[in-house]
Amino acid sequence: MTRYQKKLRMRHFYNQAFKVLLFLVIVVSLLVLVTLLFDIFRKGYQTLTWNFLTSMPSGRAARAGILPSLVGSLVLIALTALISIPLGVGTAIYLELYANRRSRFFKLLQLNIANLAGVPSIVYGILGLAIFSQMLKLGPSLIVGSITLSLLILPVIIVSSSEAIKAVPSSIIDGSYALGVTRWKTITGVILPMALPGILTGSILALSRAMGEAAPLIMVGAVGFVTFLPDNLLSRYSALPLIVFNWTSRPQEAFAQIAASGIMVMMIILLITNLTAIIIRNKTQSRID
Amino acid sequence: MTIKIKVENLNFYYGSFQALQNINIDIHENRITALIGPSGCGKSTFIKTIDRMYDLIEDTKADGTIAFEGINILDESTDVVELRKRIGMVFQKPNPFPKSISENVLYAVKRHGDQDKKDFPSIIENSLRKASLWDEVKHKLNQSAFSLSGGQQQRLCIARTLATKPDIILMDEPTSALDPIATSKIEELLQELKKEYTVIIVTHSMQQAARISDYTAFFLNGELIEFGETKEMFTAPRDKRTEDYITGRYG
Amino acid sequence: MKKKKTYIQESIIQVILALFASISILTTVGIVFSLMFESVIFFNEVSIIEFFTTIRWAPVFDPPSFGVLPLISGTLLIAVLSSMVSLPLGLGSAIYLSEFASSKARKLIKPILELLAGVPSIVYGYFALTFITPLLRTFLPQTEIFNALSASIAVGIMTLPMVASLSEDAMMAVPNSIRQGAYALGSTQLEVSTHVIVPAAFSGIASSFVLAISRAIGETMIVAIAAGQTPSMALNPLGSIQTMTGFMVNMALGDIQQGSIEFKTVFVVGMVLFVITLIMNLIAKKIIARNREVYA
Repeated sequence: MTRYQKKLRMRHFYNQAFKVLLFLVIVVSLLVLVTLLFDIFRKGYQTLTWNFLTSMPSGRAARAGILPSLVGSLVLIALTALISIPLGVGTAIYLELYANRRSRFFKLLQLNIANLAGVPSIVYGILGLAIFSQMLKLGPSLIVGSITLSLLILPVIIVSSSEAIKAVPSSIIDGSYALGVTRWKTITGVILPMALPGILTGSILALSRAMGEAAPLIMVGAVGFVTFLPDNLLSRYSALPLIVFNWTSRPQEAFAQIAASGIMVMMIILLITNLTAIIIRNKTQSRID
Repeated sequence: MTIKIKVENLNFYYGSFQALQNINIDIHENRITALIGPSGCGKSTFIKTIDRMYDLIEDTKADGTIAFEGINILDESTDVVELRKRIGMVFQKPNPFPKSISENVLYAVKRHGDQDKKDFPSIIENSLRKASLWDEVKHKLNQSAFSLSGGQQQRLCIARTLATKPDIILMDEPTSALDPIATSKIEELLQELKKEYTVIIVTHSMQQAARISDYTAFFLNGELIEFGETKEMFTAPRDKRTEDYITGRYG
Repeated sequence: MKKKKTYIQESIIQVILALFASISILTTVGIVFSLMFESVIFFNEVSIIEFFTTIRWAPVFDPPSFGVLPLISGTLLIAVLSSMVSLPLGLGSAIYLSEFASSKARKLIKPILELLAGVPSIVYGYFALTFITPLLRTFLPQTEIFNALSASIAVGIMTLPMVASLSEDAMMAVPNSIRQGAYALGSTQLEVSTHVIVPAAFSGIASSFVLAISRAIGETMIVAIAAGQTPSMALNPLGSIQTMTGFMVNMALGDIQQGSIEFKTVFVVGMVLFVITLIMNLIAKKIIARNREVYA
């Protein structure tokens, strides 16, 4: 056997070893997810009952329910959607279709959005606390929570909406302009309808991120343990991640168990929203092909 | 013979690159004017100046005069929205909107808001008839425009332009993406259209220019080399470069 | 032909959209303003030198001590330990997905990684406290209930999908011609991956690393739940620590008087956190901008 052949054998051996190693890496990553889901299911499924979903929290784990947090999260996210989607999509339209790409304002916006996307979520909580909660004296209210979450996910919505608008073929946009249709009517007539699936997918994913956020809400004074339902914009409120945090922080095993049930509720909602987003994305992908 | 558009001393720039140099040309009403020349010669750029589509490209500039109904199209004060309604454009590749056939025809009509809603059905029928598409689609007006063949899509794009009641139709190589049968249909259609409209068509094919046009303009390197009646130009070109081109000595 | 009309509706809409766009700039201004305002007052009462050099953090004790270093060291400990999980596993996954996996396998694995990325950090926190920590304690009995290692593993798992997806994007962007050129010379997959693809995608990979570390520094709920509340310079992975974010949450949960010095510490620590993550994000951008390979 020549030296080359010997070396070739080794090269093949290293290659195979590397392949196995990478495969193990993937398996480990996937195994973590399976373990996590299984572990939470195992701990939480027994206490995930109808009573749990429809009761107020309680100092006794056996009687405690999640209703105010469930309702709070849903209302919070609905408000966040109402604020963040118009702002985000509007900004994306401005960036892609109005702004002069060479202007300072455009460059500032781009840089700003890129940097905001990397700001830790807890810092948005500080913003909410200082400006909305204290300066505007709105306190630890539902509206402050939604504004804070809206600003947090705004960069994500802007970026995904921009991508969706960019993906609209310019030939179609030119077709509309060439018919003497104004810019805004071109936007509402062809651009937004074509970009809508992409905008929706991005917005849903951003909102589901907002739904899992606890840190910024804690900073603006929200708490987990609330025994009433929010009834106006200035109400105090709870949210799913907050009550999960509250229960997790307690030393008793029984609370750890219902925390797992709370996580299951949260994860089921997230699974539904994420699946919706993926379905919308796949549907439109196949249509464009 | 009425002159519909009079172009004088037109210069056009992409940044610092001058794409059109001192163009002078008269476009006659109810005639087909063909623009020919090798790719990159400025013929497509020229029609983009007539309906100001170059506004959509950053860092472009035009000077000179394009006189149309008492105004200079190139003036800052020209209403480009109104202008583009009056001067329609059909593109190289069919670009129907992702909507139904009837919605495509009505797209601009609805947004201009200058025609009566109860006329919409007749606008659809008339526009599609004029674009000789009616018989092929009258039973499926609510189907997506994407369900049509390429040639049908291009005629739909012509129909949606006609629906806005333009005076002039600009066509940028409208048959270059189509097969020979679809091409000949559009060519036949053009002969009908010129009875009502003034047509300017960019074409990559000299044969097409010779077949369909009344006037031909030959562009080379951003200059208008020769302009005249099509018959004359193809039988007795005045310029050596025109002769070279129509005898196939350029790419 | 008429002269230009003014399209009032069009102009109003443009103004409204520009206002929407400026909200994102106002957000940044608001963040900087909020942090600066209280920080300036704080540094009137506590010297900046004391803040950055003292090695004891006890703002609510009597007498208080405002040395931020223990919080920074706790944060760095989490950042370093979590990187040991996220960087190798993330890069490995990326290499596998980009260079080894069949398109079928890729289609299966990518959504799972996306799912992993979509799990809220509070869930990872719960997982760290109720699963990883007990597991660690069976092997290393000296591990405290709240410890840096457990939180770091969870933070690492959380940031892994980000490293994987950004690195994979960078590797997929390497043109196939380069890949084929290397194979045509008789290279193995290993050699192509490590000698050609990874170097070619280096800037994308490096920036994904920096971003992942920045995410780990800003991560809050995992460390608030699992890492403990003990500011410490000890750098002991098995012991309780406190990070900057952990401290902020802890203060927000407590009953602190608005305007008090304790209250201001939240803003000062937030400022340090903001500056550190901002610098890291700018570094990540610089790496991309400077080393962008031009494949034309």
